Amino acid sequence: MEKFLTVDADKCTGCRLCEQVCSVMHEGVSNPAKSRIQVVKWEQEGIYIPVICKQCEDAPCMNVCPVRAISRDPDFGFVKVDHEVCIGCRSCVGICPFGAMGYNMTTHQVFKCDLCGGDPQCVRFCDVKAVDFVSVDRVTARKKRKGAARQSAAERQAVALG
Amino acid sequence: MALDRKIAYINLSTGEVEIKPIPLELRKKFIGGRGMDAYLLYNHAPEGCDPVGPENPLIVSGGLLTATCASATARTHVMAKSPLTNLLGSCNMGGFFAPEMAWAGFHHLVITGKADKPVYLWIHNGDIEIRDAGHLWGKNSTDTQWAIREELDDQEIKSMVIGQAGENLVTYACVMTGIKNAGGRTGLGCVMGSKNLKAVAVRGTMDVKIAHPVDALEHNKKFIEQITSAKVNQIQGALGTPFIWGATNCWGGVRTRNFQYNQMEYADEIEPEAIDDIATETIGPHHMTGCFGCQVHCRAQYKIQSGLYAGKYDEGPEYTSLGAFGAEPDCKSAETVLTGNHLVNQYGVDNLEIGSMIAWAMELYELGILTSKETEGLDLRFGNDEALLQMVHNICTRTGWLGNVLADGGIPAAEKIGKNSFDYLIQVKGMNNLHSDERATPGLALNIATASRGSDHLRSRPAIDLYHLPEPVLRKIYGSPVPYDGPLSSEHTEYIGKPWQVFWQENVYMAVDCLGICKYHTVFLGATLPNFEDWPKVIYYNTGLEFTPKEIWDAAERCNNLERLFNLREGLTRNDLKKGDTLNHRYFDEPCRRGAPDVIGKKIDRDKFNTMIDEFYEHHGWDKHGVPTSETLQRLGLENEPTRLL
Repeated sequence: MEKFLTVDADKCTGCRLCEQVCSVMHEGVSNPAKSRIQVVKWEQEGIYIPVICKQCEDAPCMNVCPVRAISRDPDFGFVKVDHEVCIGCRSCVGICPFGAMGYNMTTHQVFKCDLCGGDPQCVRFCDVKAVDFVSVDRVTARKKRKGAARQSAAERQAVALG
Repeated sequence: MALDRKIAYINLSTGEVEIKPIPLELRKKFIGGRGMDAYLLYNHAPEGCDPVGPENPLIVSGGLLTATCASATARTHVMAKSPLTNLLGSCNMGGFFAPEMAWAGFHHLVITGKADKPVYLWIHNGDIEIRDAGHLWGKNSTDTQWAIREELDDQEIKSMVIGQAGENLVTYACVMTGIKNAGGRTGLGCVMGSKNLKAVAVRGTMDVKIAHPVDALEHNKKFIEQITSAKVNQIQGALGTPFIWGATNCWGGVRTRNFQYNQMEYADEIEPEAIDDIATETIGPHHMTGCFGCQVHCRAQYKIQSGLYAGKYDEGPEYTSLGAFGAEPDCKSAETVLTGNHLVNQYGVDNLEIGSMIAWAMELYELGILTSKETEGLDLRFGNDEALLQMVHNICTRTGWLGNVLADGGIPAAEKIGKNSFDYLIQVKGMNNLHSDERATPGLALNIATASRGSDHLRSRPAIDLYHLPEPVLRKIYGSPVPYDGPLSSEHTEYIGKPWQVFWQENVYMAVDCLGICKYHTVFLGATLPNFEDWPKVIYYNTGLEFTPKEIWDAAERCNNLERLFNLREGLTRNDLKKGDTLNHRYFDEPCRRGAPDVIGKKIDRDKFNTMIDEFYEHHGWDKHGVPTSETLQRLGLENEPTRLL
């Protein structure tokens, strides 16, 4: 899978539209508790961080599942849950280091991000691009440029002060 | 059916809670949000009730579309009889409270009675609990919210709270949620305080059903594009509401030194760009934030850089704070604006009202009506930043003779100060105006004179009047969904056609308030933004209810008439300076001294103003005293109110 879902928390305005459209897309209802993406906030400081499933290569949820209900989708590369096999033990909910595995209180099933089959709605609706669905090399290139500019500015300042 | 929504009646005196479904037939008539609140208020507030007495119902609501898959349905509406005006009390705020309340299972709350000690409500997934708030009493608005989160061990709780101003029964105290979202006008924080109710905390993980989810999602994308493609919203998203500061001040629409001037000198000192210079360094590169589900993100974030409040984080300042702590008291410092804004957010008090009250006191001090005896040595002259901020403290904590008097609101304060102090008070129906000067813009003057909650720009202001749109464009906007072939003028200093524009705007604003949508998403500052024609689809996809544009218009008109009936019942008469649809004499007597060439020298012509009022009443189907005729009430199906169906 070339593209991945990436977060730039600096851009997030904290509006939570992503949560709204995600729950409508997947569950047909508006309910952030059933959204695959959630914006964690520290309103006291104005910090908003969208939390998503990273579709880890060595995925703890996959590793911890006692009945091997969690696997990687061969076409799109996301980590998915087979509800026919899942026994609802919620080990995956407990082990995920990001809190990205959810539990649906209505259906009593775990749920997670499936990248909307390649067209993530959170990305589609986020105008400021705090979440994006891009290839890894583009993210790396973008980060490199940003980091280099920062370093260069710091060096210039050091020279000026020296 | 998507609409299985609930209302809860909570009696704080007895501790009783009753939960009922909201009948669908009322949706068709009053939609939801502010409209349904007006119905509840008219039905539940006893005639002539004491605004700070236990019988005054405090009504809290989300709109018809709140928490659904429509853009920016974040608004919370609160209603009660106002302790400031003794008429309709009504305020509206953004943030995340109303959607969370919907996920907690409720769209409307009616809170009556009075608790015998401080309490707060804890509303969680259909359950309502009254909890002790002794440990919260005395806390400011944000500390209260964080303390509730700690106590209940849930950082996702949203609360509607009062700060110290509400506790101290300042008659223009706000209800607050988040850092700075304020239900600011008409003093409903005071009503909360009078009930010993410190907060309403909500948290929910329940579904809000969507009638046609796939269509709702797709349509929302288009709806958002219509909203974010408007230039006005793009600028809002970069600068917030202060973006209109420079232009408004330039043409002469900013009330300065109470009412002495209509333009502020050195206004660039508090331009949004100047504020950015001292405020954004410590915040992320994207220093704007938004309410629930909104892509306009018009709220700025800042940290105060120096002085007593250095390092304090806050949101804003809005355009209104530039007036309240800039133009009206004639203070020219961005830091004062940021500090004043922080103080009102923390105390939970209406920035418009407190800014106007202090500016009024400053003019009285300048005139010698107030002396250093009443101010207890405080040098309350214009331009004294320290005195301004000190008065904010004094009012919110009711400290000193003057602080205590001003905390009672304009009309009672004028009675206590005496002499001719009332003549200088820029109020309508007992509520002060924001820092706008309408002497050169008759349409805007008509708006503040007739707004249902007192002098206010968010009830019927034809703001696009200032853009000089060509007449065919005006005809297109104002000629639908009800045909209008009367006169219209592109000229903002004209009187003709304005009554219809104000009437149309009154209905459009009522409709968004009923739906729970923000006013920046309708024809307020941008002419291309959604209105009656655009809403039926959004409503249908999300709720399954079928409305035509005309039916939305009719419902809005019905709700406006209900608010009118409430005001008439509580004593509104056309020409009453304290409770009527008229303006301070200064609008008619003192010409504008500054501004654009077509503004200098302008004042409101009393005869033409009265003609506008007559015409405005005619459009409504009201008699010349402003009372709805029996035909109008029948046409709108209001002849049997109060019907107590809810």
